[in-house]
Amino acid sequence: MTSLLLSKVTKTFGETRALDAVGFSVAPGERVALLGHNGAGKSTLMKIILGLIEADSGTVEVVGAAPGSNAARRQVAYLPENVAFHPALTGREQIRYYLRLRGEPARLADELLARVGLGDAANRRIGTYSKGMRQRVGLAQAMIGQPRLLVLDEPTSGLDPVSRRDFYAMLDGLAEAGAAILLSSHALTEVEARTDRIVILSGGVMVANDSLAALRRSAALPIQMQITTRAGAADDVAARLQGVRRNGTMVNLTCLPGDKLGRLGQVTALGALIEDVEVLPPSLEDIYSHFSHRRVS
Amino acid sequence: MSRILTGAGAEFRIALRNRWVVIAVATMAVFAMVLSAAGSAPTGVLGSDPLSVTVASLTSLAVYLVPLLALLMSFDAVAGEVERGTLSLVLTYPVSRLEILLGKFVAHLAILALALTVGYAIAAGAALYADPRATAGLPALWRLLWTSELLGAAFVAIGYALSAWARRPGAAAGLVIGLWLVVIVLYDLGLLAVIVADDGGFFTTQVFPWLLIGNPADAFRLYNLAASEATAAAAGIAGAANTIPAPQALASIVFWPLAGLGLATLAFRKVTP
Repeated sequence: MTSLLLSKVTKTFGETRALDAVGFSVAPGERVALLGHNGAGKSTLMKIILGLIEADSGTVEVVGAAPGSNAARRQVAYLPENVAFHPALTGREQIRYYLRLRGEPARLADELLARVGLGDAANRRIGTYSKGMRQRVGLAQAMIGQPRLLVLDEPTSGLDPVSRRDFYAMLDGLAEAGAAILLSSHALTEVEARTDRIVILSGGVMVANDSLAALRRSAALPIQMQITTRAGAADDVAARLQGVRRNGTMVNLTCLPGDKLGRLGQVTALGALIEDVEVLPPSLEDIYSHFSHRRVS
Repeated sequence: MSRILTGAGAEFRIALRNRWVVIAVATMAVFAMVLSAAGSAPTGVLGSDPLSVTVASLTSLAVYLVPLLALLMSFDAVAGEVERGTLSLVLTYPVSRLEILLGKFVAHLAILALALTVGYAIAAGAALYADPRATAGLPALWRLLWTSELLGAAFVAIGYALSAWARRPGAAAGLVIGLWLVVIVLYDLGLLAVIVADDGGFFTTQVFPWLLIGNPADAFRLYNLAASEATAAAAGIAGAANTIPAPQALASIVFWPLAGLGLATLAFRKVTP
């Protein structure tokens, strides 16, 4: 059974079409990143999955149940964007509260807080926490029980780089245990190598749904080659390879992915004229902006 | 049930930290003390026991104070969670909206019960200290206690409904103060004005009793004063108590907390975080 199944999900707010026939699925143990600009429809889609708002049309199936039903809510964990808690409660009290709501023993609170690095702050009121610490409380509550699906809205916002790495390590553990994970992010660089698949929303339309390697292939963005030549040979090399001379020892080439090996062959054939070759694949930002600006007609 | 108690526990702890428990208890205690001191004077003249006289004064006080405390505790319940952004997360938990409301309800009623018990116990203690015959008034005090709790419950529930309807704490605060002013203060004045104009006509004999009983605060006052032997100690609207049987007043006091919860649940259902 797929953990999450979306088909032709559409939602309009007044005149604005927030989501337009979005459909994809997430399998158990799969980590899927949902990317898009602000207002692309990420949060709206997540709220529909959680049953907080209803789609106008289309079908949503969450662990085999209707979104927002009791069966679905028991198996889904959520981390809202900019998660908030009551400032008068301590971290421990807040987690104990969420544990009890899920029917789990409240004594697990300290262990959960220790897992997200808040063991020492458990007794302090959340009102005194930093944004990063509140985010960790949010992560701790999302790990309660054995959720079959985790819906995480910008989970790493406010976290420092080390905490981010710890967070993704925790996600790996949850995915290995069979949880499906859907997380949203602004940046492709962050979710690279951390997720199995990438879904890109643009203006409510799903413009990509594939692994990063496949997206890279299908985008077919040009590859840059930076050639360092022997001193004074730049003009010669640029002429022979139809490249662009950058300075006395540097020549730039651009080619499509399919031509990469052929071009490299031409470069190596020049032998002693060449000192070094650097191959620069399209950056993740290039790929992301390629897809997010392409609108499906 | 355990989910309701979980919510109640968290809500009570928050009220304790926000000083709401202290404020409610201290308010009731101070007013009970002031009334006990002021009410001890007329005892000999009336011949009633001193506690019954105190109960009559406390009834008039509770009509104003209990709804106010209840509304001030409840106006933030839904609107505050919406504004803080805490509602969207809790709504994804396996807990129904009714259970969330009932958790808050249990906590707020517990705070109210604590404040009422402390306040009324001070009044009873003062009366018993002044005159041992005051034990005769204990049943009236007990009746005042549980009807005050029901009156508070009605306004806590109505406060939730307004809180869910307003969605912003500022707007909710304005609404509950407006409601208090209309239902507790202006309502009786309005009825009085119509009665004077009507001069004993159809309105006074047929409509007025029902309008009076329909307002939980008036029903509370009627029930306590009608049932109390100290009716004579309280002037004014209590004269109407004779035309309305106590069971109907009681029915109104019991009806409003349930109706309020119904309205609150309906309003809360429409809130999207």
